[in-house]
Amino acid sequence: MGLVESGRVPKPLSKLLNLSRKYSIWAYQWGLACCAIEMGAAFASPRYDVMRLGVIPFPASPRQADLVVIAGTVTDKLAPAVVRLYEQMPDPKYVISMGSCANCGGPYWDSYSVTKGVDQLIPVDVYVPGCPPRPEALLEGVLLLQERIAHEDMAERWRGDPIVIS
Amino acid sequence: MTAVSDPNQLADLVAEATDTRVNLDFESEGMTLNMGPQHPATHGTLRIVAKLDGEQVVSAEPICGYMHRGYEKLVEVRTYPQINALINRIDWLGSFANEVPFILAADKLMGVEAPPRAQWIRTILFEMSRIANISLFLGDFGLQLGGMTAGFYAFRDREHVLNMIESATGGRFHPNFDRIGGLKDDLPKGWIADSHVAMDKLLAFCDEMEDLLVGNEIFQTRTRGIGVIPAEIALSYGLSGANLRASGVDWDLRRDGCPPGLVYDKADWKVWTHPDGDCFARTWVRLQETREAAKIVKQLLDTIPAGPVMAKVPRIIKVPEGEAYVATENPLGEMGYYVVSKGDLVPFRVKIRSASFNNISIVPWVARGAYVPDLISILGSLYFILGDIDR
Amino acid sequence: MSSADTTEPTTEEVVTDEAREAVLAGLTARLGDAVLGSHIRPGDDLWVRVDRAAWRAAAEAAKAMGFTFFDYVSAIDWLPSPFGRDMDAQEDLVVSGAEPKEPAPIVQGYAGGETRFQVIAHVYNIATATGIHFKADVPDDDLSLPTWSGVFAGANWHERETREMFGITFDGHPNLINMYLPTDFQGFPLRKDFPLLARRVRPWPGIVDVEPMPGVADAEEGEAE
Repeated sequence: MGLVESGRVPKPLSKLLNLSRKYSIWAYQWGLACCAIEMGAAFASPRYDVMRLGVIPFPASPRQADLVVIAGTVTDKLAPAVVRLYEQMPDPKYVISMGSCANCGGPYWDSYSVTKGVDQLIPVDVYVPGCPPRPEALLEGVLLLQERIAHEDMAERWRGDPIVIS
Repeated sequence: MTAVSDPNQLADLVAEATDTRVNLDFESEGMTLNMGPQHPATHGTLRIVAKLDGEQVVSAEPICGYMHRGYEKLVEVRTYPQINALINRIDWLGSFANEVPFILAADKLMGVEAPPRAQWIRTILFEMSRIANISLFLGDFGLQLGGMTAGFYAFRDREHVLNMIESATGGRFHPNFDRIGGLKDDLPKGWIADSHVAMDKLLAFCDEMEDLLVGNEIFQTRTRGIGVIPAEIALSYGLSGANLRASGVDWDLRRDGCPPGLVYDKADWKVWTHPDGDCFARTWVRLQETREAAKIVKQLLDTIPAGPVMAKVPRIIKVPEGEAYVATENPLGEMGYYVVSKGDLVPFRVKIRSASFNNISIVPWVARGAYVPDLISILGSLYFILGDIDR
Repeated sequence: MSSADTTEPTTEEVVTDEAREAVLAGLTARLGDAVLGSHIRPGDDLWVRVDRAAWRAAAEAAKAMGFTFFDYVSAIDWLPSPFGRDMDAQEDLVVSGAEPKEPAPIVQGYAGGETRFQVIAHVYNIATATGIHFKADVPDDDLSLPTWSGVFAGANWHERETREMFGITFDGHPNLINMYLPTDFQGFPLRKDFPLLARRVRPWPGIVDVEPMPGVADAEEGEAE
């Protein structure tokens, strides 16, 4: 939109766009380890249903996804694949790091083959702690992300500057 | 389709299938298909590099290591209770089942035995983790073959078992409940009655899965006669668990080599085998095993003895010098720990024999001559967990 | 368990495990001098140490005796870790500036041994529910052993893993590439002298708690950080 490029998005319009964006997230789940099962329970089970928050899981490919949830241990061997996945996602994109392995290496902090935290590879928006975090914790992470999106300035994001939450 | 059970005939058929295809007259360029490491059909980060001739696989090489966390090195710097908390995550679906062989090996070296009540509860939780693991397999296998309903049902009904495990141990998975000499804690009030209810629901779930999957014509076409593994080949690769029993080998570590510390002889149950050795047989055996596990749990729940749940062990655990190997019938197969101790707080060397490592080592052999969708069937039916392969 | 005695031995009684003694006798009959040592834990397990040159013959002998289930092949590095055990207090850590401690002697386990590295393998007999642990010494200057993959097909992957973790090569193996680690990984991780760098940089503080629990800290200090 011309308004976004020129940086003059009026506040009510920004609010409306953010509202619609935050309730229409297509979440790609990069489930690696045990957290993938909890993420599966959050995304696919009728008990901790994530679709009630407006987040639809299972896009066909990362090129159609808005959000990626990195759930599980990232090893050095897998690191290039994670970066490639992140680069395949179109802007605006968000990352939730789920579980302590993805946050900081977790219980494998001293391993020779584990990347100590996925934020060494890609920028992370929300960290969900736990080993594994309960599905409700992941849902809270999604809610926090939605709150963040609600306060975003689209023009700033379009310019590519680091996002500042006011 | 009738099942061919003679292994020599089977081997011949497979070889014939491969040869026939590859020696075809017309020129077709081989294609290399890379599945994974991120792929919906592999249970996690397994990468399969398949060389295709048309739609048929000429060679399929699994490339592991994308979930290698270095367990055998990490346990050399952790005390036994710390290791117990870490090894839950090897087979992350059958959570409690990972701790049991390690604790039994340490028990053996220390010369302690858990009191009867602890052994009962340990066996009950072991079987519950088996149910939690295999019920996901049933759902996931259906998912991979295209029947998404099975996946959702599995996730929903697993919650019953996870609830019971959570109310006893505090964690849905990764319970960290087993201790050298017994268990961490006793059962909460009302757990036994609730578990009975949960097991009844699981038995209903098994019936549902039987209708959805096993009775389904499409499922049968996609799995009967696919991925046949004769018994000798299975033994020489070290296949274990339902994979071995589905090839006709009547071997179950719960009955035949049960280590002291588990009480399978106190319940009346049977071992299920199937002569065919194909994908259908493996699924069928696992379905029956889930039912059997629920029945074992119900029987053991009725006979839990009263008493303490922890034997007398020192507060700081130093395991005496020695070597011990204990293997148990885990949900995925045979899982064993070879513990070498030098009398320290930490073990000297622990070799983790994980079931899926051997189970997947047969993929290059069994995938020759299979079509690409059959490769999905084969991988799904062999059932592995990446943490178990890569440790 | 199907093998003999499970009764507790009294102080005078010596428990013998006839089934396993028979297996050991059968192996000695087939391999002769190559059986260098053995250990039986009655009712539990059997360890047999064989000469390196007879490693493959041992596999074939076991298979001929009915031990057709292949369990695993791995290795043990008997060198005590030069970095200490890292778990209790700082007493045996090699901290900067301190003198490294004298290396502790290498002591092997069951069935003896003479070298730092030993390869261990386990095979099982399904009909009798007994297993054999085979061990073989591997000398430091020639870290190699014949392969088992011709006898037990499953040994293929296990030997690949043992090679990448310890550096022991297996002669005759068709494809000794890395199993788990990236191709450009340097070093052999499961050797005792391979350090866990994260622990070198920041040692584990030990069993002692280093921070008070949250409520206690606030009450004492009155202000959060």
